[in-house]
Amino acid sequence: MTGRIVLRGVNKTFGEHVIIPSIDLEIEAGQFVVFVGPSGCGKSTLLRLIAGLEDTTAGKIEIDGVDVSNLPPAKRGLSMVFQSYALYPHMSVRGNIGFGLKMAGMPKEAIRQKVEKAASVLNLTNYLDRKPRQLSGGQRQRVAIGRAIVREPKAFLFDEPLSNLDAALRVQMRLEIAQLHESLTTTMIYVTHDQIEAMTLADKIVVLNSGNIEQAGSPLELYHHPVNLFVAGFIGSPKMNFFAAQVRAAGAAGVTVALPGGREITVPVTAGNLRPGDKVTLGARPEHLMPAADGEILGQVAVAERLGGETYLYIRVAGQPLVVAQAAGNDTTRVHDQVTLRIEPETCHLFDTEGRALPHLVRHPLAEMRPTAPQTQPAQHAR
Amino acid sequence: MARAASLQRRTATTAAGWIVGFLIFFPILWMVLTSFKTELEAFSTPPKFLFFHWTLENFGIVQERSNYLRFAANSIILSLGSTLLGLLFAVPAAWAMAFAPGKRTKDLLLWMLSTKMMPPVGALIPIYLLFKNTGLLDTRGGLIAVEFLINLPIIVWMLFTYFKEIPGEILEAARMDGASLWKEIVYVLTPMAIPGIASTLLLNVILAWNEAFWTLNLTTTNAAPLTAFIASYSSPEGLFWAKLSAASTMAIAPILILGWFSQRQLVRGLTFGAVK
Amino acid sequence: MATRHASGLAKTAIAPSVLVLFLWMIVPLGMTLYFSVLNYNLLDPGNESFAGLDNFRYFLTDPAFFAALGNTLKLVGGVLVITVVGGTLIALLLDQPFFGVGIVRLMVLAPFFVMPTVSALIWKNLLMHPVSGLFAWLAKSVGLKPIDWFAEAPLTAISLIVAWQWLPFAALILLTSLQSLDQEQKEAAEMDGTPAISFFFYIVLPHLSRAITVVILIETIFLLNVFAEILVTTGGGPGLQTTNIPFLVYAQALLQFDIGGASAGGIVAVVLANIVAFFLVRMIGRNLEA
Repeated sequence: MTGRIVLRGVNKTFGEHVIIPSIDLEIEAGQFVVFVGPSGCGKSTLLRLIAGLEDTTAGKIEIDGVDVSNLPPAKRGLSMVFQSYALYPHMSVRGNIGFGLKMAGMPKEAIRQKVEKAASVLNLTNYLDRKPRQLSGGQRQRVAIGRAIVREPKAFLFDEPLSNLDAALRVQMRLEIAQLHESLTTTMIYVTHDQIEAMTLADKIVVLNSGNIEQAGSPLELYHHPVNLFVAGFIGSPKMNFFAAQVRAAGAAGVTVALPGGREITVPVTAGNLRPGDKVTLGARPEHLMPAADGEILGQVAVAERLGGETYLYIRVAGQPLVVAQAAGNDTTRVHDQVTLRIEPETCHLFDTEGRALPHLVRHPLAEMRPTAPQTQPAQHAR
Repeated sequence: MARAASLQRRTATTAAGWIVGFLIFFPILWMVLTSFKTELEAFSTPPKFLFFHWTLENFGIVQERSNYLRFAANSIILSLGSTLLGLLFAVPAAWAMAFAPGKRTKDLLLWMLSTKMMPPVGALIPIYLLFKNTGLLDTRGGLIAVEFLINLPIIVWMLFTYFKEIPGEILEAARMDGASLWKEIVYVLTPMAIPGIASTLLLNVILAWNEAFWTLNLTTTNAAPLTAFIASYSSPEGLFWAKLSAASTMAIAPILILGWFSQRQLVRGLTFGAVK
Repeated sequence: MATRHASGLAKTAIAPSVLVLFLWMIVPLGMTLYFSVLNYNLLDPGNESFAGLDNFRYFLTDPAFFAALGNTLKLVGGVLVITVVGGTLIALLLDQPFFGVGIVRLMVLAPFFVMPTVSALIWKNLLMHPVSGLFAWLAKSVGLKPIDWFAEAPLTAISLIVAWQWLPFAALILLTSLQSLDQEQKEAAEMDGTPAISFFFYIVLPHLSRAITVVILIETIFLLNVFAEILVTTGGGPGLQTTNIPFLVYAQALLQFDIGGASAGGIVAVVLANIVAFFLVRMIGRNLEA
């Protein structure tokens, strides 16, 4: 199967400005990889380097073992879906989708067939003779995808394709893209700043920050085993809560820390070099904090967001920014109530003074899970 | 403003507007009227505004006696020739500056614009002597070359601004679709840039048609366009106002109409982006 | 920034235009510079000799030069004042919604598209002729003596013609700028009860200042080179009253055949223009950053 992409020592510098210091990355054939990170982290730049729209300042990019670093985009065998769709305004939908094939010198009849096939898969058959300005946002998005599909590339590149759509359409298109990957099984590289898109679509997420890969792994791996504060705070919504804590004891069963307020909790992580007295950060996701009678954390409710299916409580705790806890949909805690929150030690994370996570003693069973059940027969490509 | 201003105010501005417009336009109007008068009536006092003997004779005389059409042909050849030549040079240059800019692109563009600010008298003597010695004086080719050179900066500038408005992502999409640079320009850039190219063509045809320094100094009879033809009326014999008016009306009519359609292009092309 | 692939092609694409403009700049200018240090007269060809800075000295001390310089400045200054003030007033007027504003706009714009030789001759003959011109008739109708424009006030006459031609340009630029004035600013001023005059001086004029500067700079560049109107109306006269620097150079070169002297004059004109161009290019450059 084609579409294996390897980056070695890729560096991108503009004059004095180093956007990407050095990236090593391996993308398996058929994988759905998502580059995610805050604005300016270099994710779009990385995508464009792979596409060939920008030159690398140093380093190598290989596609299926061939070094493409000096090849123009046309010769790399990739397709890209742009954030603004970038449809050709003077061509019809048919012309847009078929343009790449025309550039490749395919005969007219063959182009016509492929375009109509792609159009039927994407529900665009009735719009083939319209111009882009006559289409809605979602339809334009599909034309952009159709244009990419029809060339049967080694990999698809998506540059924040859903950012310009409204919320409802975004959810729908997300499903369609997931199903597209399911049926085509082609490598897909997808850039977004939305970590929900990342979590739902990816086989592998690459979290970028200031041009560096903070962590790369499956969604659940990143969720359960973030390697540092940045990844821990980036993945998961609402954000993980961080508590300043102090080590009381460190041993084979885990590290015991004192929480603000004095209560202690033993987190099952390897102790490493920690000594009693060291300062650490304790991380606990809102969904792992529960209002309970005898909890470790005491505070007063400042805001209660009731979504019906769940409730988010924003709690003022001494010496802390607001702590977010997720409670049940029919929780009756009110603003100004005093609450205590219980933390499950297995769900906590500990980070040292450099922000690095201490490895858990036991890996979460789902962290290694592949999203699709293995196929008994190889998937048929949509022709 | 959407709210209706007071009726009084509206009447005042309408009156003021029409009066100002009429006063400014009046010389042109007067010229057109005069072109339909006989020479005697054109020169008579008190001047007649509407009730005179309307005649078309002047238009005919101008053509018969001075071969107006030949000068008009020269104007057309000059304007179109220099502008098309300019486009030929400018399209690739503007493409390069808009889509593949380098470190010195901005300086290059500013330098090109600055060549337009050079006073023609600074080049008059050498060009005149050069043309004289190489037999280029009073030739259409020589004149087209000069007009081309003085308008090239504006053509490059205007195309640059139009090209810059084309979303870069669409050209990148063409690149991803496998288009070579040449195909990218032919199949995607040019169709999208046609309105911009047409606007540039329009403005520069107007500028070349009206140019009155080089056309007056470098031509005598063969290559003389309408500017020079009209200039010959500065030392005429006998009564000539009606003929002057007729010749002038015909000389400016096409450009006036083109000009009315090119207001936005004028702002874009002649203020060099300093006014939005 | 371009990829390496596109960069090479870009250089080839720009090269012809750069080359051609470079030659256009260097060759004539270089030759003018060369001529300006020679004694070179077309009536006595082949007898050129090195004159050093003599030509410049003669040119700059020639009373004709001072007259021409003065006329140039008066012409440019006069036209600038008329077009900027008039242009602002017209722009304010055209910014109002009134019946037929589109047509009035076309009428105001028309003079800019009339070729200079036509403008000059129409004004000189049909309008300004002291006996049969329209202005003469108007003056006589109210009992005034008609002005013989080209005898009594030739530079003023030419300034009027040139101003008429450039008024539309100024009005159009200022109108464009005016229309970019934030509607909400106008409404805020209304809520504050600002009187119209204050609104104009404190809000509109500062907003327009950028456009006014552009108009002044660009018009100056072109006004320093007024030529055709002078050629077809007065030929520089009476005497030197309507000779500006371009015309002086032209007269010396093509009428007196003094190449050396005229070239020196040409260089002076270039230096003057460069001063204005410096400011204009800097302003455009700042804009390109944005």
